Amino acid sequence: MSVGIVMLVHTALGRAEQVARHWASAGCPLVIHADVSVPAKSFKAFQKSMADLPDVRFSRRHRCEWGTWGLVAASQSASELMLKEFPEVRHVYLASGSCLPLRPVQELIDYLAARPQTDFIESATTADVPWTIGGLDAERFTLRFPFSWRRHRYLFDRYVALQRRIGMKRRIPNGIVPHMGSQWWCLTRQTLSAILSDPERGAYDRYFSKVWIPDESYFQTLARQYSRQIESRSLTLSKFDYQGKPHIFYDDHLQLLHRSDCFVARKIWPRANRLYDAFLTDEAGAMKRTEPNPAKIDRIFSKAVERRTRGRPGLYMQSRFPVETRENGLTSSKYSVFQGFSDLFKNFEPWLTRATGARVHGHLFAPERAEFSDGETVMNGALSGSAALRDYNPRAFLASLIWNTRGERQCFQFGPRDSQAINWDMAKDPNAQISVISGAWAVPLFLSNQNFTDIRSEAARLQQIESKQLEILRSSWTKARVRIWSMAEFIEAPMEPLQTIIDEIAPHQTQRGLSEVPQMADLTGFGQFLQNLKNQGMHPYLMGNFPVTNDMQEPRSNPRKPYLVR
Amino acid sequence: MEPGAQLTERAASLWLAYRLRWKRRRLLWRSFRKRRQLAAVCDRTADIRPGAILAFSTMRNEAIRLPFFLDHHRKLGVDHFLIVDNDSDDGTREFLAAQPDVSLWRTPHSYRMSRFGVDWLTWLQMRHAHGHWCLTVDADELLIYPFHDTRPLPALTDWLDRQGARSFGALMLDMYPKGRLSAQDYAPGDDPRETLPWFDAGNYMIRKQKKLDNLWIQGGPRARIFFARSPRRAPTMGKVPLVKWSRRYAYVSSAHSALPRRLNHVYDDAGGERACGILLHTKFLHMIAEKSAEEKARQEHFANSALYDSYYDSLASDPDLWCERSTRYRGWRHLEALGLMSRGTWL
Repeated sequence: MSVGIVMLVHTALGRAEQVARHWASAGCPLVIHADVSVPAKSFKAFQKSMADLPDVRFSRRHRCEWGTWGLVAASQSASELMLKEFPEVRHVYLASGSCLPLRPVQELIDYLAARPQTDFIESATTADVPWTIGGLDAERFTLRFPFSWRRHRYLFDRYVALQRRIGMKRRIPNGIVPHMGSQWWCLTRQTLSAILSDPERGAYDRYFSKVWIPDESYFQTLARQYSRQIESRSLTLSKFDYQGKPHIFYDDHLQLLHRSDCFVARKIWPRANRLYDAFLTDEAGAMKRTEPNPAKIDRIFSKAVERRTRGRPGLYMQSRFPVETRENGLTSSKYSVFQGFSDLFKNFEPWLTRATGARVHGHLFAPERAEFSDGETVMNGALSGSAALRDYNPRAFLASLIWNTRGERQCFQFGPRDSQAINWDMAKDPNAQISVISGAWAVPLFLSNQNFTDIRSEAARLQQIESKQLEILRSSWTKARVRIWSMAEFIEAPMEPLQTIIDEIAPHQTQRGLSEVPQMADLTGFGQFLQNLKNQGMHPYLMGNFPVTNDMQEPRSNPRKPYLVR
Repeated sequence: MEPGAQLTERAASLWLAYRLRWKRRRLLWRSFRKRRQLAAVCDRTADIRPGAILAFSTMRNEAIRLPFFLDHHRKLGVDHFLIVDNDSDDGTREFLAAQPDVSLWRTPHSYRMSRFGVDWLTWLQMRHAHGHWCLTVDADELLIYPFHDTRPLPALTDWLDRQGARSFGALMLDMYPKGRLSAQDYAPGDDPRETLPWFDAGNYMIRKQKKLDNLWIQGGPRARIFFARSPRRAPTMGKVPLVKWSRRYAYVSSAHSALPRRLNHVYDDAGGERACGILLHTKFLHMIAEKSAEEKARQEHFANSALYDSYYDSLASDPDLWCERSTRYRGWRHLEALGLMSRGTWL
């Protein structure tokens, strides 16, 4: 009753020897397969270095290239040798030279001795596995793959395409159902010998030698034919990145590997001295009976895949610069843009700060400088308020601002007096919440002390800019949450929209309703002001309809809506 | 897209590829002709083993920085340094010649006419770097990358090899002190991260440059302070410092971009993050004011040096680069969390 180790090695022979000695010292016989590509001189030296170990054999050498039959052939010959030479072996454990036992070998021996009939081999039908690198799953078994994926990718791809076009299909021998799984297994003598001495083996071998990545399917499929009890999982911890390449473990993974409670891990970087030192020293006693639990560390790996494929939304950096539509969020979190509010309300910004607890900036895109909150000239992340820097790359400015203040809601004012280059970017950004009171830019003009001809030309300019901007906000490309009221519409019932906007920014803060409202500018005579503009030949229309006579007098003395909601 | 437009686009990209190919050959030829400007001081290149990681640098009067610079990169796993000394007179040459893992050449010729030292390095790379991972850095740059404290460079380059990557990108991060630049003491061998612990964390502006397929990154304290009115002239902060070299490769402008241009594609453009590093830029040690005055006079550092006079003047006036919103250096994990670098899938 013991465990035999079949070890496939191709590089870092020094480490392989170290691990082999570790296995051997616990009483496990070994059969080692060295890749043909290992130079004869190194192989001789390697063999010689282990001459003192009685229970080590070297099997016939094959060429093991990734994804090819050679790996299966190597496992077959080594396993045959193992079963023949060491009749007391009950379980055969397939490992590689870059595998590292994480727990005392005796624990593995005990674990397997307690489960004498169980085969540990990950084995699932093609429909059930998520790993389909290269877009091939079921087709692995129905097409032929004579060309190397690594070395002759072009031929590989062309030949697959050709077979698909002419509808070439291979017959699967004896109606076996193809299964796939990790290539690192641990099988019982009964199962393994049944596979190796099957009278149909010739047919199976011929078939699998043209399957793609047969080392992940040969034993996994055939074990299903004979095993009495399959535990469909691998005892070897091995993790793959999103391209199907194995993750490599380094010194800093020590704790992580400890926590997994797995028996063996791969692949280990050959120069990870700390790992080899830590795990190849069996502490006597203190045997654990814990189940291997690779799931404990799975989260870290799935997070990595996420980061590699989706990245951190709203981050632009030297290794992440998505093309348009692939940003997965132009910015990192939600923000609010207010247009016309600070024109219409005298104390809008301090009021908004109090009502929401968000950071409220002035006009970030003002022509003179970015008006950061509290009159700051430099924001988080040392983002400068210089208008020239901002306008040099407005999109980077906005994305940086939102990224640098992660965790804090940002609000800012916008308007037709501001630099307009950012319009499309904001409109296409699902994180933007844009609220516009159109035509409210007229209020500061109305309250100003300028010559009317200047006011008239400025009004014409601002109206033109705003109407262009509204076109963008109303386009079919817009993904931002956009609300637009004409000024007349808005002052008809200001509380309702304000409440909605506030609720969106800080849903928990204002459940009691707004306790305070911003103060609206005195609009007495605004209708006449608009009429004067019209009389001068300009047509102010974005603010909606304001009657000329006796306009805003009444609402001031008799508010249409109560200031306190609820 | 219209089939016609598609064809024109394809033709245009082929034409561009063809032109870049010739540009690369021109650069190689140019470097080849400059080879006679280099005189070997000590050539230990015979010690370079297959698979060794090499560092290339051109420098002038860097004696103060060198002890830490060499030490840092040695610890990371650089096996051999190939350095061109551009006429130093502060002991740089003597110091370097005494190092067992340095091969040194000297030249009195113009730094600017050698494309800021690139021609000289290209020649050395052609001769010695073929098939090696090759780090091209200035004496005031320190490479760091995710896990650099636990995994040496060969771990990174092995992994890049397995990924089929031939280049590795980095952001140049200007480090600065709090207070006037001249007020800080730095002795040879000190860790400049302690003298210059501050940096700008979030004001970088990136543009993709179609022609070379690289990212043009600007920002940092120099853009914030010296180029706030003329951002276009702000220094370029993106680099491709680590390349698995081939004798057919050539850097185009400093280590910012290279040819063939696929080497510049060190970023993901489908939303994901690739692994990348940071070059800690230790330019702003106390000698900078003096050095700026000298650089201004020599006119060797910019193609159109006169445009940068005010930049040199500001630097020579010993400014304070620190601001309320500066960030203090706390190591690579912090830099990664800030979004200044990423481990990609290198876990």
